[in-house]
Amino acid sequence: MRDQPVLDVRGLWKVFGPRPERAVGTTLSRQELKETTGCVAAVRDVSFTVRPGEVFVVMGLSGSGKSTLVRCLTRLVEPTSGEILFDGDDIRRADERRLRELRRHRLAMVFQHFGLLPHRCVLDNVAFGLEIRGSARAERYKRAREVLELVGLTGFENSYPDQLSGGMQQRVGLARALAVDPDLLLFDEPFSALDPLIRREMQNEVIRLHREVGKTMVFITHDLSEALKLGDRILIMRDGELVQMGTADEVVGAPADDYVRDFVSDVPRSHVLTLRWIMRDAMEGEPLDGPELDPDLVIRDAVRVVLSADRPVRVVRDGALLGVVTSAEILEMIAR
Amino acid sequence: MTALTVTARLPARRYLIGAVLAAWVLGHALLSGRDTLPLGGAELTPLHEGANEAWDTVDDNRNSNPFFLYFVNYIRLVLDESVRFVQALISQPSFGRPVPLLGWLGVVALAAAITYLFGNIRVALLTVAGFVSFGLLGLWAESMDTLALTLTAVAYSLAVGIPLGVWAGLSDRFNRFVTPVLDFMQTMPTFVYLAPLTLFFLIGPASATIATMIYAIPPAIRITAHAIREVSPVTLEAGASLGATAAQSLRHVRLPLARRTIVVGVNQTIMAALSMATIAALIDAPGLGKTVLKALQTLDIGAAFNAGLAIVIMAVVLDRATTAASRRVEAQRRTGREISAFFRRVEVTVALGIAAVLSYLSYTYVWAAVFPAEANIGSYVRRAADAASAWVQDSLAGFTDALKNLVTYGLLNPFESLLAGSPWWLVFAAGVAIAALVGGVRAAITAAVGLAALIGLGLWQDSMVTLAATLVATLLVMALGVAAGVWIGRSDRADAVLRPVLDAGQTMPAFVYLVPILGLFGPTRFTAIIAAVVFAAPVAIKLVAEGIRGVPATTVEAARSAGSSPWQVITKVQLPMARGAVALAANQGLIYVLSMVVVGGLVGAGALGYDVVAGFSQHQLRGKGLAAGLAIVVLGIVLDRVTRAAQARTDRLGVIKED
Ligand SMILES: Nc1ncnc2c1ncn2[C@@H]1O[C@H](COP(=O)(O)OP(=O)(O)O)[C@@H](O)[C@H]1O
Ligand SMILES: [Mg+2]
Repeated sequence: MRDQPVLDVRGLWKVFGPRPERAVGTTLSRQELKETTGCVAAVRDVSFTVRPGEVFVVMGLSGSGKSTLVRCLTRLVEPTSGEILFDGDDIRRADERRLRELRRHRLAMVFQHFGLLPHRCVLDNVAFGLEIRGSARAERYKRAREVLELVGLTGFENSYPDQLSGGMQQRVGLARALAVDPDLLLFDEPFSALDPLIRREMQNEVIRLHREVGKTMVFITHDLSEALKLGDRILIMRDGELVQMGTADEVVGAPADDYVRDFVSDVPRSHVLTLRWIMRDAMEGEPLDGPELDPDLVIRDAVRVVLSADRPVRVVRDGALLGVVTSAEILEMIAR
Repeated sequence: MTALTVTARLPARRYLIGAVLAAWVLGHALLSGRDTLPLGGAELTPLHEGANEAWDTVDDNRNSNPFFLYFVNYIRLVLDESVRFVQALISQPSFGRPVPLLGWLGVVALAAAITYLFGNIRVALLTVAGFVSFGLLGLWAESMDTLALTLTAVAYSLAVGIPLGVWAGLSDRFNRFVTPVLDFMQTMPTFVYLAPLTLFFLIGPASATIATMIYAIPPAIRITAHAIREVSPVTLEAGASLGATAAQSLRHVRLPLARRTIVVGVNQTIMAALSMATIAALIDAPGLGKTVLKALQTLDIGAAFNAGLAIVIMAVVLDRATTAASRRVEAQRRTGREISAFFRRVEVTVALGIAAVLSYLSYTYVWAAVFPAEANIGSYVRRAADAASAWVQDSLAGFTDALKNLVTYGLLNPFESLLAGSPWWLVFAAGVAIAALVGGVRAAITAAVGLAALIGLGLWQDSMVTLAATLVATLLVMALGVAAGVWIGRSDRADAVLRPVLDAGQTMPAFVYLVPILGLFGPTRFTAIIAAVVFAAPVAIKLVAEGIRGVPATTVEAARSAGSSPWQVITKVQLPMARGAVALAANQGLIYVLSMVVVGGLVGAGALGYDVVAGFSQHQLRGKGLAAGLAIVVLGIVLDRVTRAAQARTDRLGVIKED
């Protein structure tokens, strides 16, 4: 039972427009659908699971339906069809009250434009979720202070949002979400509005937090490098449809179609792919006493060893020889 | 396809309008003076007599009919007593004392403390200066009466308006229902509902309060609803994602974020209430308005100026104080509490403490209760205003007479003769035809029904005279609006200088405009027209200026780089692209002008305005006054509908042509 997914989404559809149910199951393109029914299918038949402790990234160009998808998960946008099982319960069947309970205790979201309350100081913003679910003042301030420390905002408790930089405001947004100690954290392009430098800093922050508190996360982004950096697995969307789902190296190494290939074309493949992607079977007569490396080692980190070895490097997992890598493979990969 | 047919029809339409006008003028020349349906000042139609009788019946049954006994009279009682209560506090002898509970010193101190605590020290000083000047002008009691009526009406207006505004902000359904009602309340010329109110609530504070509320509630509802609606959806969504209930998100998200805008709504409500509270003098509301009214009726320029000055001062003080309060709310929102809670508590205690001590003094000692008579400079102000008016009328006579004659003989007389001197059927036919040509079938039907209603009300000729004056005034408003609007729209410097003047002009109660204009031109039809123009011009100018500013800078730049002269840029780019704003300015200008018709009746405009005013003061003319009020409403509806239809049509044409 331990590996039961936290989230199991099956056949999710969200259609905006008049009489949206009609459009469920359609195979028309976006344009055609719009012309014939006036509807927009923002999410079309998307299914995926998120495992406990995983960072699951949803990526796609602007307008591909990412925000709609993530909002469907907490029903900030009401799905048109499909199932959303959260720890085995169908969120779509929850009534008003149960949904509120879920949002108050188990799910929390971080928004692109922060959504902070400008008339409340940082501490009161972070404590807002706890206040809403009725915790006592002393208790919620204690918890809020803990979380503020976690995100590195100690000392700013009494500042107001517009006295803070964008990066700090998003830390407040993050703290507000963490304060309710949710089982699942949802991020909708949380760093898109930030400067590149701050963005990198915040990404590292998320990685650190993920290590420290180990929360399951669904992370929306339109930025491939962010997706590759954070995601254990990546789901790529186009026009509401799932195009490919897999780990970073699967996406980069074996793009499902031209859309994905285009997306990943600028990625330095050696930074993402592992030795598994370039190893070959040993040829007859090759010396098999070279250095040993793990198949999941990223190529970039193997370059030095492979190039300086005077014989093929053996790729070994659990004592079994999976293949070999030589300078030739490395150079071919880098030259491509 | 459609574009072709429509543009092809456009010149044809212009010819047709020209043809209708030509036929009208020709008919007028041949048939002038026939079938004009005149009705003398004291003459009545059976309808008017019937209305008189109905009114008498209401009077007779006021204390027996259950609708009055258990509903209307209660409202009247509550409102009357509310106003009397505030009057007892600050303006009228009460509780067996020869003076109100709070003397002038107490009121000044309290007002200063409140404006200081909600605003800042500067508005508190302004408030002190303003309130003291009421005493200096010799109008302390009158000013306090006006303040009492205004504050009571504001309290009730906000108590009704803010909850309804919140509701309208939350519910699209309710918003759709309430918007046309508010539109109607706001397009209805202000004076016309005074008479029907007195039918139900008698003359006095209750009617005045309700009239004031009708005028002051719409901005409270509209602005509150807008404030609630404009709350950032991102913030609301964040609240929802944390599991906030509807009530929680109203309380913790919407209301706090809407607070600043709601305070702006309070400001508008107060200014509207003050404006109406002075006008309500027509139905015997106590206060400064009554002083102005009496002075206007006896053409006592000095006294009117003196009291008008007090009204202006009160408007400035109330406006500045509430603006400062909204700034403070904004500053708090932006930077948090700028001082510690402890210091704030000290501040509140000290300010209220001083106010309490001074209030006690003013309760106990005559010198602090009654404003010292020696310090009364009102008589100097009156004499100076009289002298200035006499001097102006003498020495500027050349100029003012020339202007007066130009407008009177060049515009007003021809219009009036054409409208009121032609046979009614000719005007009727021409009016409906023009409405059809500029506004389409529905506009034509509205015009036909409206004109028929004017005949039915027995006030055809008076209505035509008023219509002529209204059209002339609107023409002048638009000439001024386009000229000044273009100037302000094109020049930042002009904007910086003129906009505060326009803003101030819009916050002034309609009444006070009459005084200086009366001083300049004496009591004539022309004076009424100028007063209406002055009242309506700010809104028209602002709308045109906004339209001009709304023209994309790149378009203007493109025209300039193609070598257009400034004149060409204005006439070929900016005005055509701003035509929606210009049409709206014309529509609003008309409505503002029309709302001054009754005020014009006070200074010699005659016709419908006079009929309404006479209805307030003469028993046997009450019915006719009611009918005249209705006629003004009918004129307003017809003009509003026709101009709106014309505007919608030009918009449509514009879209088709630009495609
Ligand atoms: N409330 C809505 N009503 C109608 N269409 C919407 C609404 N929200 C989103 N859409 C449409 O759904 C599509 C996906 O939008 P969104 O989920 O915001 O994409 P992304 O977050 O990937 O940029 C877009 O075409 C958008 O126009
Ligand atoms: Mg998005």
